[in-house]
Amino acid sequence: MLKQITIPENDPVAVPEKRAIIDQILEQNKDLPGGLMVILNEVQSQIGFISEPMQLYIANHLHVPVSAVHGVVSFYSFFTTKPRGKHTIKFCMGTACYVGGTPQLIDKARQVLGIEPGETTSDGLITLELCRCVGACSQAPVVVVDEDTHGRVRPNKFPQIVRGLQENDGK
Amino acid sequence: MAFFRSHVLVSVDPECLKRGAHEVIDALHDELVAQGLIDEVQVLETSRIGDPVFYGPDMMVYPEGIHYANLTPDDIPYLVEEHFLKGRPVERFRAQERLVRDEELRPPQPKEVRVVLRNCGVIDPNNIEDYIAEDGYMALAKVLTEMTPEQVIDTVLQSGLRGRGGAGFPTGRKWQFARQSPGDVKYVICNADEGDPGAFMNRRVLEGDPHAVIEGMIIAAYAIGSRQGYIYCRAEYPLAVKTLNIAITQAREFGFLGKNILGTDFSFDLEVRMGAGAFVCGEETALMASIEGRRGEPRPRPPFPAVAGLWMKPTNVNNVETYANVPQIILRGPEWYSSMGTEKSKGTKTFALAGDVKNTGLIEVPFGITLREVIYDVGGGIKDNKGFKAIQTGGPMGGCLSAEFLDLPIDYESLTKAGSMMGSGGLVVMDEDTCMVDIARFFMDFTQEESCGKCTPCRIGTRKILEILTRICEGKGRDGDIEQLEELCTWIKATSLCGLGQGAPTPVESTLKLFRHEYEAHVYEKRCPAKVCRALISYEIQPDVCTGCTVCARNCPTSAISGERRQPHKIDPDICVRCGICMQVCNFNAIVIN
Ligand SMILES: Cc1cc2nc3c(=O)[nH]c(=O)nc-3n(C[C@H](O)[C@H](O)[C@H](O)COP(=O)(O)O)c2cc1C
Ligand code: FES
Repeated sequence: MLKQITIPENDPVAVPEKRAIIDQILEQNKDLPGGLMVILNEVQSQIGFISEPMQLYIANHLHVPVSAVHGVVSFYSFFTTKPRGKHTIKFCMGTACYVGGTPQLIDKARQVLGIEPGETTSDGLITLELCRCVGACSQAPVVVVDEDTHGRVRPNKFPQIVRGLQENDGK
Repeated sequence: MAFFRSHVLVSVDPECLKRGAHEVIDALHDELVAQGLIDEVQVLETSRIGDPVFYGPDMMVYPEGIHYANLTPDDIPYLVEEHFLKGRPVERFRAQERLVRDEELRPPQPKEVRVVLRNCGVIDPNNIEDYIAEDGYMALAKVLTEMTPEQVIDTVLQSGLRGRGGAGFPTGRKWQFARQSPGDVKYVICNADEGDPGAFMNRRVLEGDPHAVIEGMIIAAYAIGSRQGYIYCRAEYPLAVKTLNIAITQAREFGFLGKNILGTDFSFDLEVRMGAGAFVCGEETALMASIEGRRGEPRPRPPFPAVAGLWMKPTNVNNVETYANVPQIILRGPEWYSSMGTEKSKGTKTFALAGDVKNTGLIEVPFGITLREVIYDVGGGIKDNKGFKAIQTGGPMGGCLSAEFLDLPIDYESLTKAGSMMGSGGLVVMDEDTCMVDIARFFMDFTQEESCGKCTPCRIGTRKILEILTRICEGKGRDGDIEQLEELCTWIKATSLCGLGQGAPTPVESTLKLFRHEYEAHVYEKRCPAKVCRALISYEIQPDVCTGCTVCARNCPTSAISGERRQPHKIDPDICVRCGICMQVCNFNAIVIN
């Protein structure tokens, strides 16, 4: 039966507004064949991550073992179990970008933010990530800031991107 | 239906409207009436042709495909008289090509033939009527009213169309298998997972001409007898997903999807499903597992999808580009299609040209064109007048080809024979400054990480190869490493479960074969001939060239550079991480690699 886990009070399933979002997604897709992927994609995009309590919650609603949900969440790199920073900067590691200077950009990011790809700044503002080719290879190297693709980013332009995010946050 | 000899598409995007697009349309209409041409020239509105900031108001005239820009109502009388009455394009109103800002898709270059890309950047993808104006859904109408499913399959067979997803399986045969498979419920799937780094052909087609793919899928569904289809699109392509959903809604409204399509008793509907960032989901059996809502792990074939696919039902899986070719083949006939290309590879192929070539971006060329023509005629040659070193084809499961293969005609068989493969169509050109061992390591890093882990050879083998390559790049290569690499490649290839593992060694094998001397230089002389591998190089500032501008010191991520303003600077090799940023930012070429 139900696996017992303690649910932190700030977990989305414990926050009524967030839970309503999850409920709505579940309701909309519960009869869809193969709906689990659709549900997880929606939850990831609307809530930003899929915590363990959320996985359990979804599994119970769909009447599938939590291991099935966890198996899917852990398989796909788009699904994260922890919240990301407010903004995400992704470095394209595709062939064109790799050859075009992504490694240098990461060096620069390390210097400017003091974190490695996969980590979030201590103020929770920026998460760095590596990603696969985003299909904008003719503009290599490519950096994806939240939803926006920036092409031909030179290392000395990188601090501007970070400043842009920091200033926006101040407003 | 009236027969128009010309179609004029006028852009009515907000910026063009602000600049008087409606006045231009009114003037055009009045003038066509005045000159008695209104029954011969059709004026249509479209949302965007060129960048309106540069061109607005602008219009496109077909069949010539002439782009007139920055028009005012006063220009129209002259334009109509010259172009439509006397048949003389007016040069001074034409858009200046050099202003075209679409870097991914330039106007066709020499030797290009556009079939799949014909509408991309030309029509408004969010307006089905634009597509219809380009003969859209005419092939579907023809198929549903004049052809039996068997005739459709025969036509595709005769055209010689082969799958564009990589393996090049004849599409007609695939459809035949799916048709012959017993079962009431069958599925049609479009593989839009385009995971190969360096490839973005499918994305542009989905974003620029979604209806061509949808129409191709409906025709396939009719041919095999399916009522439900899925487009599996990778999550990295949110715009493509959005465009597809709009297109599907519009196609339903127009009666091209849904129940009783075009009043016949054929029904079919489509749904877009999104991936979530797993490369292996491009493999068809993994893709189907993912649509079913499971981990995207491949399974052994047979049974092939045509027999037991999605939810164990007969399923036809084709690539985006494969489907996009179909309507044209139906409309223009299989003979037209098979007149392009080589004996065994018919038609055209889109490629994403990237890397160290002058004109990067999407191209579409007939099969049989040589690599040299692609790089030098279509691509404009190597950037910065450097020398050509290699071209990578086929993505992470393809290989690198050296200069001796430049005159190789591009088709499925030739590339495979040369030790690479067609793949989905990424072409990455590498200049003399590229280290082939580093490239092999890069691809291994990719496949190692994307290996789903289900089978041992792929999971363990790729990791082992990566270890050795990393060691070699770090200057710690040992005697016997090269031989061990060769052994591992053979073993992984022979024993892996799916195409990912079977193809993973190709980048290593092909570079070992063609660039063995580079491996040897790394292992035996601890030297990186291309001066790329960080452990084997050092950066130095030439004191007589350095002006002391301080730009390198300010940009160095590890503060390894010191020096007074206006005095030659120096790099501390112990702190330097050899990232090369200083060399990139130096305006005086004062920094050299040893
Ligand atoms: C690891 C791996 C990745 C693949 N990725 C893709 C892909 O991104 N797009 C694609 O169309 N086919 C991909 N394929 C090929 C598909 O399995 C399948 O052959 C193809 O979709 C069939 O369509 P086609 O006959 O139109 O080429 C991949 C195969 C393997 C083994
Ligand atoms: S390699 Fe970076 S966008 Fe394709």
